[in-house]
Amino acid sequence: MVIASRRGHLLLGGAALVVALLPLVAGAYVLQLVSTALVMALFALSLQLLVGGTGLVSLGQAGFFGLGAYAVYFVQGKGAAASLLLTLPVAALLAGLAALAVGALALRTRGFFFLMTTLAFGQMLYFLIHDAPWAGGADGIFVQRPNFGLFGLDYVPARRDRPAVLLWTNLALLCAAYAGLVVVMRSLFGRMLQGIKENDHRMQALGHNTYAVKLVAFVLAGALAGVAGHQWAMTEAFVNPELLGWHRSAEALLMVLLGGLGALHGPLLGAFAFIGLNELAQLVTERQRLVEGLVILAAVLLLRDGLAGLRWRSRA
Amino acid sequence: MSPPVLQCFGLTRRFGGLVAVDDVSLALASGALHAVIGPNGAGKSTLANLLSGELTPTSGTLQLDGESVTGWPAWRMARAGVGRSFQRTNIMRPLSVQENVRLAAQARLTPPTRLWRNAAKEAAPQIAARAALERVGLGAEAARKAGALSHGQQRQLEIAMALATAPRVLLLDEPLAGMGPEESETLAALLRDLARDHAVLLVEHDMDVVFRVADQVTVMVEGRVLLSGTPAVVRGSAAVRDAYLGQAT
Repeated sequence: MVIASRRGHLLLGGAALVVALLPLVAGAYVLQLVSTALVMALFALSLQLLVGGTGLVSLGQAGFFGLGAYAVYFVQGKGAAASLLLTLPVAALLAGLAALAVGALALRTRGFFFLMTTLAFGQMLYFLIHDAPWAGGADGIFVQRPNFGLFGLDYVPARRDRPAVLLWTNLALLCAAYAGLVVVMRSLFGRMLQGIKENDHRMQALGHNTYAVKLVAFVLAGALAGVAGHQWAMTEAFVNPELLGWHRSAEALLMVLLGGLGALHGPLLGAFAFIGLNELAQLVTERQRLVEGLVILAAVLLLRDGLAGLRWRSRA
Repeated sequence: MSPPVLQCFGLTRRFGGLVAVDDVSLALASGALHAVIGPNGAGKSTLANLLSGELTPTSGTLQLDGESVTGWPAWRMARAGVGRSFQRTNIMRPLSVQENVRLAAQARLTPPTRLWRNAAKEAAPQIAARAALERVGLGAEAARKAGALSHGQQRQLEIAMALATAPRVLLLDEPLAGMGPEESETLAALLRDLARDHAVLLVEHDMDVVFRVADQVTVMVEGRVLLSGTPAVVRGSAAVRDAYLGQAT
């Protein structure tokens, strides 16, 4: 998996700046939409660490995303908003621990069987939340948005400012997660992931404990998905069991595929393209899923390296 | 000869009803090249896989420096100093030649506390990789994609990767497979050179090379050791001729 060049990072930074300045010009609807896209980009990015980074195709990632979202409910219940400084680490920890348990078992399998095992575990988490009396019910439940409290000094944005504050929060977390993953992928650990992706067996013969390395990556990705889930709950002020379902895992996988498996920033492009496409299709037809499916099919067939593989052709 | 580094006793491996390796005992000492020959299906590769931890023995024991290492996984054996190359080229094809070898060196040169450092700035694995590439004569190809190397060069890369793990024992499974005469010649010299400071197990088909470079030869037939001795003894044995050499001519 490649990391964007200096020029690529300038472009990504420019895009982040544009997003950050959106509240100056855009209305609440657009801000909400972009906030959601940022959350999904973060979620897809967590999956990219596994798929593009390590060669592990998981269909259970939404389980950790949903647990992160439900962490907000578990901490607050139906009561008042708690501080982000509490709910966010709890979300990451809860999702990370679940990923540790799931990964420890699922990583004993390979390829297709890994896919099916993660799918099964994801669905188990879904039904756990769906049927548990302590999880707020099968139809989901409203939650207070965590605030920015710090030792009694709570910052609760005014209703008017809230869309902008949410957008900036999601953007900041996405940027931090991306920067963190750049460090990870460039590190000695990241090189091991790359080696495992190409040839796990050989890496073992060279003295790498690939099971342990993959488990660390799986837990990291799970915790990151939990952070994304937390931001979902914060953005939507609502959680429901569908957040853990395999549909959402598949959606993230589509975003990764659309954006490109070969580049760390692929899922960022993929998530925005996917959600933008969904919006456009809604304008044209009620069968937006059909349009979406066709466009993704075309994109995957025509762009082998996804959107991240697109290059500006210089006119010779 | 120095004391054995890697030693096995009564090593046996069954696959269902087939006994692929049957009661094999041998000792590999530093500074010696021990060749294993035998017809196809004699269990030579299975033996190499048992010694490297890729397979766990059905029965029998394995000792490294006199300590039991029976049942250790492959990565742990590699960490402990047992390096190997594979019969079928087994490399990270899309990665550069340098990166393939660097990953090998990284396994032993990276304490867990340094894992999050930028790999491009960690000099030790880079230098070790460079040295291993020079030793097998691939120094000039470091920047190329491993999958783009010629077959012979990929075989050399196999050995460079094994070397970069700084092993004391080298298990080489048919390193000469598919090589031209000239490349074989170079590699035979390298094997001789490696045997001076490593305990080498060489599984090989090419009899000329084996009798030229080996200090000791073990002949396997149907999973069992038929005979073990110096090249001269093995060459002179009527039983070996019947079981194996006779087939070739």
